[in-house]
Amino acid sequence: MTRYRMYTKIVLSSLLRRRSRMTLALAAVITGSTVFLGMGAVYFDIPRQMGREFRSYGANLILVPSGDNAALRPEDIRKVKELLPADKVVGMAPFRYETLYYNRQGLTVAGTDMDAARKSGPFRQVQGEWPKADNQVLIGTDIAEQTRLYTGTSITLEAVPPKSRRIKKEFTVSGVIRTGGPEDGFVLMPLGGLEALLGSPGRADTVEISIAAGSAEITRLAEQIRAEVPGIAPRPVKRIMNSESTVLNKLQVLVYLVTAVVLLLTMICVGTTMMTVVMERRKEIGLKKALGAENKSIIKEFLGEGMVLACAGGLLGSVSGYFFAQVVSMSVFGREVSLPFFLIVLTLSASLLVTLSASLVPVARATDVEPASALRGE
Amino acid sequence: MKNILELRDVSMVYGSVKALRNITLSIQQGEWTAIMGSSGSGKTTLMNIVGCMNKPTHGSVILDGEKISRLDAKDLTVIRRDKIGLIFQEFHLISYLTAVENVMIAQYYHSMADEEEAMQALERVGMGHRAGHLPRQLSGGEQQRLCIARALINHPKLVLADEPTGNLDESNQAVIMDIFHQLHSAGSTIIVVTHSPEVAEHARRIVQLEFGRMIKDGATARCMVA
Repeated sequence: MTRYRMYTKIVLSSLLRRRSRMTLALAAVITGSTVFLGMGAVYFDIPRQMGREFRSYGANLILVPSGDNAALRPEDIRKVKELLPADKVVGMAPFRYETLYYNRQGLTVAGTDMDAARKSGPFRQVQGEWPKADNQVLIGTDIAEQTRLYTGTSITLEAVPPKSRRIKKEFTVSGVIRTGGPEDGFVLMPLGGLEALLGSPGRADTVEISIAAGSAEITRLAEQIRAEVPGIAPRPVKRIMNSESTVLNKLQVLVYLVTAVVLLLTMICVGTTMMTVVMERRKEIGLKKALGAENKSIIKEFLGEGMVLACAGGLLGSVSGYFFAQVVSMSVFGREVSLPFFLIVLTLSASLLVTLSASLVPVARATDVEPASALRGE
Repeated sequence: MKNILELRDVSMVYGSVKALRNITLSIQQGEWTAIMGSSGSGKTTLMNIVGCMNKPTHGSVILDGEKISRLDAKDLTVIRRDKIGLIFQEFHLISYLTAVENVMIAQYYHSMADEEEAMQALERVGMGHRAGHLPRQLSGGEQQRLCIARALINHPKLVLADEPTGNLDESNQAVIMDIFHQLHSAGSTIIVVTHSPEVAEHARRIVQLEFGRMIKDGATARCMVA
């Protein structure tokens, strides 16, 4: 029998035939690995998960005309659309602002792509329905109060294009919009309806973009747009980006701290168990030394037991950690979490590192055992 | 016949307690010696020194031509592994290894574990049929026979037995002593530490200790008859 086979037999027999004590250490390693992998998965997935959550705050990138340009050109908007990662764009809504008159009172009217505006600004609350046709409009809650118009009534808007006659058109109020911002004093209508009234199709004053990306990526995209589409000045919405970064950083620090505390507790539990095991096995260590075992043999055997414990605990912990991560992600974010393979390798490495570190002091104690006194039971 | 063990003026002091006082003793190769004494006489201290598990505070110990009394712990471990076979009153078997594995672990620390040779050692002490059993599944006599097989597996220069029948009934005591007789006939050097005159009488020489001093060194009745 090779020395390696005998060594393996000693290590495995020691673990398998004295299960009761080592089960406690194994349970500690499994718990530590479960939390490490579970929290790790959540940690790496938080930006993706929270990125979607943050989109409810509205657009995080605004496009406005650069320099002396009065408006955004349709071809420039198309170029920007090509530059953006399609899978991360939640909504991209062009806005054209004009002044129209109702009973000779000037109102700001915003023409937009209604579907895109709903996606880029989920904070827009509509009482009634979003417009489904070009002859329907939303009126801001402030306008509704002033004019006493409500859902289902008609509103006649009048335009005064330069050097031409007045244009009037009747619209149906499909709903009242409340945002808590300037749009409460606006009339929102489909871009097609506004273009039909005023002409100049494809023109936009701003574009609201909501992207599921971190501040670094948005800043990079803005730089790219600035460089490649000179007619457009991209403006990241720093207030939202900074809020996202702050919340993400705090969440990640929280996860980091919880994981560190659990790993520390695991180390203490494994270390305490290993120390108890060494104390309980003083006679055995003394006997092995009496039979001629050198300190390095004793160290190898205890560290071998630690390694088996770490690998078994790490693997079992990875499996339970995956389910733990799913439970956490489903209950907090309502979505499944993805598990990168490197996290399993990282969990096994952490498990080995923690278990072996926790074993160092007990193993050092094992080498201090004197065979004569240990065999006498002292 | 050459001396396998020589103690010259060996003393051992623990604090203010003198456990051994100026012991001078030579043991020849192939000799079977019983070291006798009551509790506190110093016989266990002497066994620990001869068994390379303690160093004397004074005097020198020469084992198989090598002065071991000033070696460090690491070198003593090597001497113990290569030259001494230890048999204990409490057997000291490893609970999670089977009988044959308990023999093989001594081979493993010495050089290379050899299952076939370990099985032969078990057969020699009549334990071949119990090779796959754990120590807790063996009787006291069987455990001691296993302990003897383990002590002999690396062909030691000196077999050192501490109260080998202390935990056994009469029939098992007879079996163990029979094995010792076979070992002695085969040329093994044996030192048995015991407080039992019956066990000591099996030896060829008795060394009597009292309060750390050697008070008697002579042949046993069995030796004189022989």
